[in-house]
Amino acid sequence: MHKQPGTKGLIFNEPQLWDKSREGRCAISLPRADVEQAPMDERFIGDAPELPQLSELDVVRHYTRLSQWNFGVDSGMYPLGSCTMKYNPKTNEVQAARQGFAGAHPLVGDEFSQGALKLMYDLEQHLGEITGFPAVTLQPAAGAHGELAGMLMIHAYHAKKGKQRSKIIIPDTAHGTNPASASLCGYDSINVSSGKKGILEPATVAALMDEDTAGIMITNPNTLGLFEENIKEIAEIVHAKGGLVYGDGANMNAIMGVVKPGNLGIDVLHLNLHKTFSTPHGGGGPGSGPVGVVEELIPFLPVPRIEKNRKGKDLSTYKFVTDCPDTIGRMHTFYGHFGVMVKAYSYILSMGGEGLRKTSQLAVLNANYIKESLRDVLNLAYDRPCMHECVFNDKLQKEHHITTMDMAKRLLDYGFHPPTVYFPLVVEAAFMVEPTETESKEDIDQFIDAVKAIALEALENPEELKKAPLLTKVTRLDEVAAARKPCLRG
Amino acid sequence: MRYLPHTQEDIDIMLAKTGQSSLDELFTTIPDELKTKKPLDLPKALSEWDLDTHMEGLASSNISCRDYKCFIGAGSYDHYIPAIVPYLVSRSEFATAYTPYQPEVSQGTLQGIYEFQTMVAELLGMDISTASHYDCGTALAECALIALRKNKKANKIAVSSLVHPSHRQVMETYLRPSGFEIVEIPRTKEGLTDATALETMEGIVGVAIQSPNFFGNIEDLGAFKTIADAKKIVFITSFTESLAYGLLKNPGSFGADLVAGEGQSLGIAKSFGGPGLGLLAGSKKMMRNLPGRFIGRTKDANGNDGYVLTLATREQHIRREKASSNICSNNGLNAMTAAMYLATVGKIGIREIAQQNHDKAVYLKSSLEKVGFESVSDSPFFNEFVLKAPKGFSLKRADLIQNQYIFAGIDLEPYYSDLKDHYLFCATEKVSKKDIDQLAKEVTHA
Repeated sequence: MHKQPGTKGLIFNEPQLWDKSREGRCAISLPRADVEQAPMDERFIGDAPELPQLSELDVVRHYTRLSQWNFGVDSGMYPLGSCTMKYNPKTNEVQAARQGFAGAHPLVGDEFSQGALKLMYDLEQHLGEITGFPAVTLQPAAGAHGELAGMLMIHAYHAKKGKQRSKIIIPDTAHGTNPASASLCGYDSINVSSGKKGILEPATVAALMDEDTAGIMITNPNTLGLFEENIKEIAEIVHAKGGLVYGDGANMNAIMGVVKPGNLGIDVLHLNLHKTFSTPHGGGGPGSGPVGVVEELIPFLPVPRIEKNRKGKDLSTYKFVTDCPDTIGRMHTFYGHFGVMVKAYSYILSMGGEGLRKTSQLAVLNANYIKESLRDVLNLAYDRPCMHECVFNDKLQKEHHITTMDMAKRLLDYGFHPPTVYFPLVVEAAFMVEPTETESKEDIDQFIDAVKAIALEALENPEELKKAPLLTKVTRLDEVAAARKPCLRG
Repeated sequence: MRYLPHTQEDIDIMLAKTGQSSLDELFTTIPDELKTKKPLDLPKALSEWDLDTHMEGLASSNISCRDYKCFIGAGSYDHYIPAIVPYLVSRSEFATAYTPYQPEVSQGTLQGIYEFQTMVAELLGMDISTASHYDCGTALAECALIALRKNKKANKIAVSSLVHPSHRQVMETYLRPSGFEIVEIPRTKEGLTDATALETMEGIVGVAIQSPNFFGNIEDLGAFKTIADAKKIVFITSFTESLAYGLLKNPGSFGADLVAGEGQSLGIAKSFGGPGLGLLAGSKKMMRNLPGRFIGRTKDANGNDGYVLTLATREQHIRREKASSNICSNNGLNAMTAAMYLATVGKIGIREIAQQNHDKAVYLKSSLEKVGFESVSDSPFFNEFVLKAPKGFSLKRADLIQNQYIFAGIDLEPYYSDLKDHYLFCATEKVSKKDIDQLAKEVTHA
């Protein structure tokens, strides 16, 4: 077995900020006041908020120590299924931090923001080319926000046709955000089961689809890591009854340059720039959730939209337009997460079309390699060629009373972030591995060895395994107590 | 490509394991007729240095690449960002981590965001804060939805016409499909929300007031609380400038039920409007209605203190269609940035910065009044205010941006059609007396 990355090492205890606070300290040097002090009206003046009082080194040490308790993609392999935890290129950060971008005020005027507008326009074009849609909005702030934008467009489309519908079909493999986004538009979710092969059967959809159903929300590849082979037929069934097909593009990393969702009968699709397009997840955001649409849905896109005006031979200018009578309206205070867009744009330019196709090929290769390498030690939920992720569960370990959760926690000791666990819900105790293309064969082999070693521990020493993780700063936390008596502030 | 580690030998070995003979064959489950036949029509891959050149070309065609003087705000503020803040937040253990679903290896994010929740609650005088939202507009829309769902007897919410125009538009987008309605509360001549108009409104479930409002003026939140109580409706307040609460009485002390705010001022780059930071706080009774994540304190199996994501039973990944919202990713790293900023400036710094913002804005206003700008109200303001400009200012303003890199005021007419020649000005701690004097001198010759 390869030497595993997880080991012991010195980390530091660090109290909460206010426990370090001492009256009179301040970690910022302010410019001397150069104008007269203007007292605030007494009716409105308040006490200074009780923020901690610290020196600069106090602050630096506090956050440096906290960071050392975290695990990021830069620390090690992070095979979290359906999250696409690929490497986040550092040059992207440099590009987004340029003064001309990071320092840009959103309301200084289009004529003075041409660089930002051109970047957004070109990014829309590139994402349109990758997904096969004639128009894209960059405004949604995250994947779920993109879903909401997409569902609002479907809602507006039906309203415009003169008859609103009340239901939406959602497969059991969907992310929880799908039904939640549909609810915000007033649609009742009709849950449908995938077939035996782990994909949707056209007949199942045909039996449910009617003229009171707004459409279907479908993730392709789905969260079992399987390509929905019947997508085109399903889309035809939905379209025949006047419905629309929403595509969840969270798993776009599997099919770039191979399949364009716009050619599959999907009418509206969101992407996650923080998954497929390499922008960092930031411990939970900020992300960005652009949405591509077919021709018929263009009038409903959120405002402002970006327009290009040709001026002479080479000179183009760009402007925001808001005059779109059928728009669903504004989704974000300004134009979305521009800083995230810069990073995704920088990634696309670094990769090129061929590089993106290679990306998807290697993501799928890595996942299939893991699937084949672990099939003897973990139970495969669906024994079919997978896309960018593969789903196992704890069926083989159960008789030793070892669960997916135990194995996930033990992986931490070996120096790996666990896969997504207990999702998708259609697989009992799922263990969902998405390695991404940026992991090398050596790192993947180490991961495979670690899982095999854990499977062996499950046989030989299940009691010890239950205690995992042993090397982390804290061990398993009492989540029940946290929820029963919530303590949300210090 | 430098991000792709596979050698041809690796690919061959791995393919052999999968039983496929080529990378293309890995996609056998995709019907052939669905596959794209043509290569993606994208620009050729750039080397890192070619990328630098290209990106600097774009960045430098934004006026903001210059060393500019910023006298505009309106939801995006030009504050000083201490060097340690971007330095610390770029630590990759924070930046390249996912949502802290595995708490044993996420204690850094978890404690950091718990401290963020604590400091936001303190700044706003509220019981609790969520782990963040996208921006103020979306946070405010969620507040409106909470109020509307709580009271099923009515479907209208009163919103001040001095709430940021974009926030009102975002609210409309969120509310429209559910058949909910926004009733706008008119403004007074003094640039404040008309409380008497609110008093006469019927069939509303809540009221949303921004303070400082879009014109920069400070609203009498106490008066609105009294009306909200009399009507037994939810009292929502919002703000775009978080540093105001370094000086002003906080919304909690006026009895706000829900507070939505923009946290961009707390150490976050303007970045052409995003990502900013949605702040979302509430009274304790709103805990289970608030959308998004919470971090809570607990113990591990050995009795050590630790932190976890909690109250997830409100959230979409558990509750699916019955969730309180669809939000999943929030603006976590910017919440961390804001926490770092608040820890850096501390109790002393935030007061001083807030006071300086106010002082400079008062000086800016009086300086412009001396050169032909007309005051339109005497309402107390924080760091923004409205003035009526003299003839010819609009041309001068464009010239100042183009040639002197001075951003002087935002034209209010596109937002309020009756406000021709009215501009919204802002001053922060970053502008000096000299900058203000220079602006006054420039516009004198308008």
